[in-house]
Amino acid sequence: MSCCLPDAQSASGASGTPSGTPSGTPSGSTDRDAILAASRDLGEGVVESHFAVPAVHCGGCIRAIEKAMAGLSVVQSARVNLSTKRLSVTWRRNAVDPASVFSALERLGYAAHSVDVDSARGDPALKRLLLQLGVAGFAAGNIMLLSVSVWSGAEGTTRDLFHWISALIAIPAVGFSGQAFFQPAFRALKGRRLTMDVPISLAVLLAVGLSLYETWSHGTDAYFDASVTLLFFLLIGRTLDHVMRERARSAAAGLQRLSPRGATILDADGTRHWRAVDAITPGDHVLLSAGERVPVDATVIEGTGDVDCAIATGESLPLAATPGTDLPAGAISLSATLTLRATKPANQSFLAEMTAMLEAAEGANPRFRRIADRAAEIYAPAVHLLAALTFIGWGVMGGDWYYALTTAIAVLIITCPCALGLAVPIVQVVAAGRLFRQGILVRDGGALERLADIDRVILDKTGTLTLGQPRLVRAGDQAPDVLALAGALAARSRHPFSRAIADAAAQDDQSASAPRLNAITEEPGFGLSARDEGGAEIRLGRPTWAAGPAHADAGGVMLTRDRQPLACFQFEDTARPGAAGTIAWLASAGLQPEMLSGDQPGPVSALARGLGIASWRAGQTPGEKIARIRALQADGHQVLMVGDGLNDAPAMSAADASIAPGTAADIGRRAAGFVFLHTGLEAVVAAIRTARMAKRLVLQNFALAALYNAVAIPLAIAGYASPLVAALAMSGSSIVVIANAMRLNWGGREGEARTNSPTKRRTQSVQEKTA
Amino acid sequence: MSHLVLLIPAALLLGLLGLGAFLWSLKSGQYDDLDGAGWRAIQDDEDETPTSPRND
Repeated sequence: MSCCLPDAQSASGASGTPSGTPSGTPSGSTDRDAILAASRDLGEGVVESHFAVPAVHCGGCIRAIEKAMAGLSVVQSARVNLSTKRLSVTWRRNAVDPASVFSALERLGYAAHSVDVDSARGDPALKRLLLQLGVAGFAAGNIMLLSVSVWSGAEGTTRDLFHWISALIAIPAVGFSGQAFFQPAFRALKGRRLTMDVPISLAVLLAVGLSLYETWSHGTDAYFDASVTLLFFLLIGRTLDHVMRERARSAAAGLQRLSPRGATILDADGTRHWRAVDAITPGDHVLLSAGERVPVDATVIEGTGDVDCAIATGESLPLAATPGTDLPAGAISLSATLTLRATKPANQSFLAEMTAMLEAAEGANPRFRRIADRAAEIYAPAVHLLAALTFIGWGVMGGDWYYALTTAIAVLIITCPCALGLAVPIVQVVAAGRLFRQGILVRDGGALERLADIDRVILDKTGTLTLGQPRLVRAGDQAPDVLALAGALAARSRHPFSRAIADAAAQDDQSASAPRLNAITEEPGFGLSARDEGGAEIRLGRPTWAAGPAHADAGGVMLTRDRQPLACFQFEDTARPGAAGTIAWLASAGLQPEMLSGDQPGPVSALARGLGIASWRAGQTPGEKIARIRALQADGHQVLMVGDGLNDAPAMSAADASIAPGTAADIGRRAAGFVFLHTGLEAVVAAIRTARMAKRLVLQNFALAALYNAVAIPLAIAGYASPLVAALAMSGSSIVVIANAMRLNWGGREGEARTNSPTKRRTQSVQEKTA
Repeated sequence: MSHLVLLIPAALLLGLLGLGAFLWSLKSGQYDDLDGAGWRAIQDDEDETPTSPRND
């Protein structure tokens, strides 16, 4: 799945060199400081550093990387974690040399970037859940053993002894493992809400309490097994739910960070040193090498060059920065070393502002209530009322208030939403696992529930419907030798236009062998120049610069020899693979896809025609996108927003559901309910389909749970709910619900196999075919 | 009754043993990389394979 990740990353016109790789940072010490800041001290001068290597996908990768690391003298030990796609390396503090690791990985063909060890640490909440699960499992097994003996006829002191041993096991187990439910239930009650945790906690505690009393009074019925088995089943659901969210979270964290951790500061006396982003104050002079990201909002004071501001504008064409240009935090210098003066501290910079806007949009959304909680709000009062009526009914009619109380508690135990508590998480875990194998990360179960209900889709253009990567228009029209010449020159630059020309030249079969060029220089903001074998000056760049002011109205990029135009190149953005098929599917499903773009009407309408989108709006600001979503919501629609840029992030959190490509700005990924790692847009279709299927299964599971209750409740009210009946009913209904959820997996293997092939190339070709 | 004195502690001990084994495997990081563990099992042994840095 993630073997396609590097492709997805290079697709985002800008992130060719991840921040932190040596090729972008000439000063090794800067990089070292950044790595050390993200490392963990193991003591005795040894530190552990983590690198995200998104492309590892099999045992061969593990072996190749670990072997290469063993060959590095600075590395003491190295281990690849395939689940988290991370490489952990230990080395001596004074021998830390990230450049050697990066270049070794690069030689093997793996892109990598440094990640914080803290973010990669094992997750304590999961460990606690597993511990609680283990304890509950142990207790459930042993108590069940004793209970079976009681059911098969143990009597008198033997039965009492078994009950006492059960109590000794059950009480500590419930006290420890039950906390996973007691604490949220307590918080919910304090906030005057009812969640599924409340009836669960009540049933477990009452079951233990009643059983203790029964044991004390030498009674026949103890429900210790029911209470602990219940906890065990529910903890399975809760643990799986947690694992699903954690996996999506850590996979998203493994994608590139777009906000840099620190920068090189230039002091008044000319010394350079590395400083963390938070410590940069306005007025500091920052030295930004080519390939690095702007740490905080800043103004250029020295140097000229192309800067990629896609993170802020969502548009892929770079900005020519000259002294005086303001740059937002997160922009990348593409070609030149710039000196910047910081204008704002990190907590007020552009990235922080967008985060605040995002939170405001999220807060303005009506609070979404999970399906399980909505069910609990109906279910819990109903069963509690039923138990109360049973108590009063038996008390008034029979006059035996003790019997009335035990029957009422039995009603609560048997109606405890075991199946109901599992019904939702188990389906969502299976659905998320299925999507994960297709390269789609689900933020949480709520995102799945919301996606199932959408009836309108809004898509962004650049970076979402398109790859955000310019492509040469009609490359075949250019004479092969001209294209080869332009390609040879363009290969030296990282400007998106240059890369498009170089790609076109490399793909052109008839292309003449690359001419030899000397003295290639890049004039940041203008273009490239070189001398050919005859000594003539070849220029590739802005028409005014390459050919002279007379060509001011020519667009695109011009190739000239001694100022005489040889060719003029025009560019267009490439549609994402599968975009047309996805739009067609959305339209046929009645979701009325609509394109909102910040771009000019010309390219927007051209793309809309090409993909068959009936409705589109160009020149939209982030605020207008939100307004459009709010208008649709006011008409009673549930809106899905598919976007990538920072400018889409507020709209994504205003929408009911949101999907972002893995190449999106991290803030966009954080806002999105789903992130897809493959290049193809079919992920949107897969996500909607799976979400709808999941919803259907959840409702089926609710129906099964209701059916179980319809049979069990009359038995309990009539006073026939013996511990044996409770145990059988509970386990039986849980297994039925789990089995039903598994159908989600069986049903879709074929569809999944198409997008989940082991190699990058195959996946892509398949995606193109389905498009 | 007398055999119960032996059997119940034996059953509990076995159960505790299982629980202990689970806790140990949890603590020693055996659940950290479930995907990778499967691949490592089918790899040929090699002397120069680096040792693992323990997380705990």
